[in-house]
Parts: sequence; structure tokens; C-alpha cells
Amino acid sequence: MLVEGLFYLFATILVASAIGLIVARNPVYSALLLVLCFFTSASIWLLIEAEFLAVVLVLVYVGAVMVLFLFVVMMLDINVEEMRRGFTRYAWVGWLTAFVVIVQIVGLVAARRLGVDVTQGMVPLPADYSNTAHLGRVLYTEYLYPFELAAILLLVAIIGAISLTMRRRRASRSKMWPGKSPPCVTSACGW
Amino acid sequence: MNTTLLLAIPLLPLVAAIIAGLAGKAVGRQGAAAVTILAVGASFVLSAIVAKQVFIDGVPVFNESIYTWLVSDGIRMEVGFLIDQLSALMMCVVTLVSLCVHVYTIGYMSQDPGYQRFFSYISLFTFAMLMLVMSNNFMQLFFGWEAVGLVSYLLIGFWYTRPSAVFANMKAFLVNRVGDFGFVLGIAALVYYTGSLDYRDAFAMAPDIAAKTYAITPGWTVSAITLVCILLFIGAMGKSAQVPLHVWLPDSMEGPTPISALIHAATMVTAGIFMVARMSPLFEYSEAALSFVLIIGATTALFMGFLGVINNDIKRVVAYSTLSQLGYMTVALGASAYSAAMFHLMTHAFFKALLFLAAGSVIIGMHHEQDMRKMGGLAKYMPITAITCWIGALALIGTPFLSGFYSKDVIIEAVHESNRFGAHYAYWCVMAGVFVTALYTFRMVFMTFHGKPRFDTSPAHGHGQGHGHGHDDHDHDDHGHHGGVPHESPWVVTAPLVVLAIFSVVIGGLTIASLLFGGGFQEAIFVLGANDVVAKVGEEFHGAVAFALHAWAHPPFWLALGGVLTAWLFFLAKPQWADAVDRSFGWLRKVLENKYYFDWFNEHVIAAGSRGLGRIFWRGGDQAIIDNGIINGSAALVASLAAVTRRVQSGFLYSYAFWMIFGLAAMLGWFLYKTTN
Amino acid sequence: MITLAHLLTLSGILFAIAVAGVFLNRKNIILLLMCIELMLLAVNFNFVAFSRFLNDIDGQIFVFFVLTVAAAESAIGLAILVVLFRNRRDINVEALDTLKG
Repeated sequence: MLVEGLFYLFATILVASAIGLIVARNPVYSALLLVLCFFTSASIWLLIEAEFLAVVLVLVYVGAVMVLFLFVVMMLDINVEEMRRGFTRYAWVGWLTAFVVIVQIVGLVAARRLGVDVTQGMVPLPADYSNTAHLGRVLYTEYLYPFELAAILLLVAIIGAISLTMRRRRASRSKMWPGKSPPCVTSACGW
Repeated sequence: MNTTLLLAIPLLPLVAAIIAGLAGKAVGRQGAAAVTILAVGASFVLSAIVAKQVFIDGVPVFNESIYTWLVSDGIRMEVGFLIDQLSALMMCVVTLVSLCVHVYTIGYMSQDPGYQRFFSYISLFTFAMLMLVMSNNFMQLFFGWEAVGLVSYLLIGFWYTRPSAVFANMKAFLVNRVGDFGFVLGIAALVYYTGSLDYRDAFAMAPDIAAKTYAITPGWTVSAITLVCILLFIGAMGKSAQVPLHVWLPDSMEGPTPISALIHAATMVTAGIFMVARMSPLFEYSEAALSFVLIIGATTALFMGFLGVINNDIKRVVAYSTLSQLGYMTVALGASAYSAAMFHLMTHAFFKALLFLAAGSVIIGMHHEQDMRKMGGLAKYMPITAITCWIGALALIGTPFLSGFYSKDVIIEAVHESNRFGAHYAYWCVMAGVFVTALYTFRMVFMTFHGKPRFDTSPAHGHGQGHGHGHDDHDHDDHGHHGGVPHESPWVVTAPLVVLAIFSVVIGGLTIASLLFGGGFQEAIFVLGANDVVAKVGEEFHGAVAFALHAWAHPPFWLALGGVLTAWLFFLAKPQWADAVDRSFGWLRKVLENKYYFDWFNEHVIAAGSRGLGRIFWRGGDQAIIDNGIINGSAALVASLAAVTRRVQSGFLYSYAFWMIFGLAAMLGWFLYKTTN
Repeated sequence: MITLAHLLTLSGILFAIAVAGVFLNRKNIILLLMCIELMLLAVNFNFVAFSRFLNDIDGQIFVFFVLTVAAAESAIGLAILVVLFRNRRDINVEALDTLKG
């Protein structure tokens, strides 16, 4: 009962924060609500005994990705009002699509044709089961090569991000904005 | 007979042509002249040896294939030689005339920048012509046939900067294509019936082909042999310039004079005559085809002669005379007197080459003036040319004892003996032709060499006159001196004249007995017994001298004399009479000046029609269907489709996102539909 | 008792909200990126749920890789965003129509 109660609590927070995310006026609020989404998701994952991923989700997303998001949101001088113009004009399309997708997914789940019994509960795990150990064992044996590839991918992403945003010397910059002073983000912030 | 020797005859001029043509700069002007003359000279000597073996030693006929080029579906394409009396005679004529022309060219072209090129071409021509006459199969015959056509094309357009020369060589090329189309069809028909390109097989099967018929359209059936022969003769009509495919020959006079002598008088144009004579085993089986040949030849012989009477260009007069004489040969072929045709071919080669070279000599002497109205009294200035030209003219009109007399008289007699359909028409045509021949020949001689000089002798004007005339080759009129006084040509020009003049005088009388009536051609020419008109003429032949002495008893002699006297009267004694006749027969002159409107017809009906047809296909087929329909149409279709589909590519991220989600929703819906049903 | 249906429904709702977010915030590229993160989260939800309920650890391995790729994607995406802003002084998606056909 406790687990069910917690699930519904987290699920409610999750859906509410997700809705708040998409309608928030300020991107900073959106980013913070997204952080909340990740937290509650991690909590739900804990409920279904996927501890390692729950921790990773918080560490990677909340700790790294979302900080990056916030950083960019705050750093860029974004005219939010301009962005939100016409927000309501297409809102009905958004909500209608969302509604259709929800109906379809719920219908799909309710149709019970996914090849599994969706109404069954979780099989209890042995007392000495460690999700992290199991995951680690599989990851470093069966999935060693994909794991290495993922590492390379991250490396490439790092190099790519750096090379994309790296500044050339100031002399060449005047060509980019003739007659304008470069934005503060580029010079003062050291990018 | 020695194969190597035979091979050397055509290959020596070919090698010389390659040397003079490709290494012209390296060997220089003298080198090119020397190497080609040596090669053609050697070729002539070897030909003479072969002729001696064939005619005197009685060596059996050589008929062998030397090289198999390819075998396709049982049809062998080979290079081979058939050396009999016919080809031996042609080889000698070709190489001898060619040699004379080579020597003459040294003088005639001495100032021309295309000296080596010219020697290369004429040597190449000699090679091609030899391949043609020595062939023992249709493939090689066709090769030689086209190769001489090519060289003819190149040489008519030798002075390629002149628009008239380019027009003339294109005209010659196109008209010859018409003839060659018939020729190829004829060869194809022969291959169809015999399955072989070899003369031997074709001749052996001639009676079989004669028994077959061919339905051109349902209900219109012709004898197969008639079809074959007429098609082959259409080729000969193109090459030998018979009506109505004669139009290219007068225009071919745009080429240098040595070429007119070699190709357009003595040898190439007679290839058609030679070919029909060679094909005598086929033609003999088709009365209809021979009648066709007879009528075409007779028409050419008479009506082309008329044109010579009104022309003022010295070379064109000789050219029309060539047309007319080719008509005589064709008449002889049509009357089954093949040997007479070949005999006339030989004598004509000498005296017509002589006349052309004499005309060329006059042109040199007059500083490249070709209009006879601006000549006159030249005999005083150019005695050798005048004498040799007289000899040529006398031979041409058939003066007894000269070569032309024998050959022409035999033809006239042979036509007289013939009972073929059209023979009466042909007889009257050739008889009238004798008078016309004498008229235009001596009109030319009198206007050129006698009477009062009509040229301006003041030094400066002589040159200016040269520039004022359309037929002049301005680019080549760079003699060392530009005096208006005509001068005799150098020895390299007159020597060939003298050689040819000697041959023109003696060759007829010397060879008529053995060649015509002594069975000189033996198996080379096949005549059915009933058709053998030459034999009938031969019954009354008692030696060359007697034949000539009896000339006064035959009408041609008096006709020729009448022609000469008329020419003398009208163009020397009483020129005002000619003008009077001119005025009263203005319409006739108009017809003649327009050459019976053949050119007009070709240009306005055939050429314009072809252009119109081409324009229809171009506009309708090429532009409308292919360009606008298939090519641009498909591109336009893609473009219009793209114009519609590009609207999907709005460039906005959310639009792409929307479509992705739309697709996702659609797939989900489909999945749901499938799983619930 | 939490069943698979609960989790799948939750992830579906999450995904649908993200979709709606794409439409609502069609001009703001940062929010678009966030909505994509939300979608990925929904997908990860499915993986984890199936992995747990089918007793197959491979699903969680997959989530691991998806997280990796998503992190990389965010880093590159944000880097592009920064460069874009630097060049255009604007990140309005409506102004980004150079791909227009």
C-alpha cells in the first residue's frame, strides 16, 4: 500500500511538474521544473528497484545536463516575451495531439496485446540481489564494446562542444558583427 | 602472276601518299613530288609488265584472295585481286594518266602552298582507283569506290577557302551519296541472292538470279537480276555522272586542273563504266536494265553536249564534253558493246586528260583566267599547247586515224546494230552528239587559240583582270611576274601534253584490232551470243587503216566536219551570226544556261524538300516531343512536383517536429487498429 | 500493487505532455530541447519498467546507453545553440528557416 501511495504521489508530482514545464513563462522555471521531473522519476525508479539508474539519472541529468541547461538559459540574452507570442494560437493543436497520444497509448496498454501481461505485479527479488552489481557485471562483460563506444561517443561530444563554441581571436570577430559590439557572453564570459 | 608484284602496284602510291601527306614538312616540296612520282612511275612500270603478261604472254587470269579481313555468317570479306584483260587495261590507263598528271602538277601547282597535300591526295587517289579496278570482290570494289569518292571530295575542295569550292565538293559528295545508296543496295541484293561477295560466285549464279523475281510491292514484281543491275547502275550513274546525277561534275571544276584531268575526266568518273563492264555477266541477263542504261547514256551524251556549246569557261566546256563522252560509253554498255565502252574509255582517258591539261596550260598562260571570251589568238603565244590541244580536239571529235575516231565509230556502229528497246533513240542521240561534240570542241579551240586576242596585254591590267573574275583562284595567283602577255608553260607542263598527245593519236589505231575484234578481253567481258553487236561490227572490219579510210562513207564523219565548219563560221569567221542566233533563240539559251533546270530542281525541290522534312522532324520530333516533351518535360514534371512538395520543407523546426509526431500518432493508431482486430 | 500498466500509462502521459510542449513552445529552442529530454525520460521509463517486470537486465543497460547519448546530445545541442546565438543574436526558431525549400 505504501508503495502504491508513493507511486501515485510521485506520479502526480511528475505529471504536474511536466505540465508546469511546458507552460512556464520563464525558461528558468522550466529548467527547474524539469529537475523536479527527473527527481520524481528517479524516485519512481527506486520504487521499482532500479536503484543504479535512479542514482545515475539524478547524477547525470540533475547534476550535469540540467546545470548546463540552466547555465545556457541564464547566459543567453533571450527575449522571452517574443518567444511566447502566439503561444495560445497553437495551444489547442498541442493539447489535442497530447490527448490523442495519451488515448492511443492507454488504449494500447488496455488492449493487453503487448505480448505480456501488464496487470501482473513485480516478482520479488532475492534478498542479496544487487541491482548495481548485476548491471555492472553485464555491462563489463556482455556490453563491453558498446560501453567503450559510448565512452568514445562522449569524448567526441566533449571535443565537438568545445570546438563548436571556441572563440577565435578578437581580430576576426569584427567581421562577424560589423558595426556592432560583440555580445558580452562571448568576450567577458571567456567562451 | 607474282602476288608481291601485284600488291606493290596499289601499295606504292599509298606509301607515297602517306609520306607526302603525313611527313610533308619533313620531305619538303621537292621530296613530296619526287617520292610520289617515283611511286606512281614504278606502279605504272609494274602495271605495264602485268599488261604485257596478260595481253602478250597469255598468262592465265589471276583471281585470288590475298587477305581475309573478316568472316561474318559465312560471308567472307577479303582483299583479293582479279587480274584479267579488263583490269590490266584499266591499271595501265590509270597509272599512265596519273603519272602524267603528277609530272604536270609540278608546274601547275608550283606556287601553291598546299603542294605536298596535293601530291598526297593524287597518290592516294591512284591507290584507291587501283584497288577498285584490281578487286575480285564487291567489298573491295566498294572500298575503292568510296575511297576515290573521298579523294574526289577532298580535291574538289582543295582550295577550301573558296566558298564555291566548298559548295562544289559538298554537292559532289551528296550527289554521289544518292548513287552510292543504289550501289550498296545492289551489292546487298547480290549478297542476298548469292550469299557471297565474290565476283566469281555472283557471275556463276547470274542465270539463277535471272530466273528469280522480286516483289517490290504486292502486285509489282520485277526480275531479280533487273533489280540488281539497275541498282548497281544507279551507283554508276552517280560516279560516272549520268543524267540526272550528273550535276556535280561541272561544279567539280572548282578543283585544280590536274584533278579535273585525272579524276573528273580520265579515271574516277569512268569507274562506273568499268564497273558495269566488269558486271557484264550480270547485265547480260537483264534486257530491261540494259535498255535503261542505253536510254540514260544516250540522253546524257546528247543533252550534256548542248550545254558545252553555250559555256564560256574553258574548263566547264571540257567538263560537259566529258559528260557527253561518258554518255557515249554508257550507250555502248547499254548496247552490250562492253568492249567498245572500255575501248572508248581508254582512248577518252588520253585525249580528255590531254584537253584538260591543255586547258590548264592555257589557264597558267593566261594567269588564271578561265573565261574564253577573254582569250583568243593564243596559238601565237603558246604553240605547244595549241598543237597538242588541236590533237586532243581532233581525237575527241573523231577524226579518222586518231584514237577517238575508232572508239566512237565502233560505238555508233554497235548501237546501230543493236535491236534493244531504246536503241533507235540512242542511235539518233549519238549521231547528233557527233555534230554537237565537234561544234563545242572547235568553238573552244577557235575562241581560245585563234581569232583576235581579246585579252588586255598591259601588264598592270592583266593582273587586275585576274582578280575581277569569279573563277579565279585569287589566293594562288602569285606568279613571279604579272605581265598581261600570255606565255608558254614550263616543260613539266608541256611534256605530259606531248606524251598524252602521242597516245591520243596512236592508241586507237594500234589497239582496236587486238582489243575489240581480236577477242582482246577474252573471258573478262561476257556477252550473250545474240547481243554481241561488237562481233557484228567486227565482220566488216578489215584493219585499222581500212576502217579509217572508209570513214567518209559513214555519216559521223560528215557530221563532225559539219560541226567544225559551223564552229568556224559562227565563232571565227562571222561572230555576229552567233549573236543573231542567240537573239532569236533566247528561250533556248535560257534553258541551256540554267542547265535544263536540274540544279534549280535539286535546290528548290529536293534540297528544300529535305530541309522542310528535316524542319518538320526537328520542330515536331526533336523539339516538341524529345526536347520539350521527354527531356524538358520530365524535368518540368520533377520541378512542378518539387514546387508542391517543397512547401512541406518549411524550414521550421516545429513543423518537422509536428510531422514526426503526426507520423508517430498515425503509426500508433495503425498498431492499435491491428492489435485490436 | 504497481503493475506494468501503471508505469506504461505514466510514461505515455509524460510523453504526451512533452509532445504538447513541443507545440506550445515552438519558438523557444531551449524549451524544445527540454521537451525532448522529457520524451527521452518517458522512453526510459518504459525501458526500466519492462526490464523490471520481465526480469531482464538488458532494458536497464539500454537506459544506460540512452542516458549517455542524451547527455552527449544535450551537450552538442547546447553548444550549437550558443554558436547560433552568437551568430544571430537570437534563438527564435521562426527565424531559422534557411532550410526552407
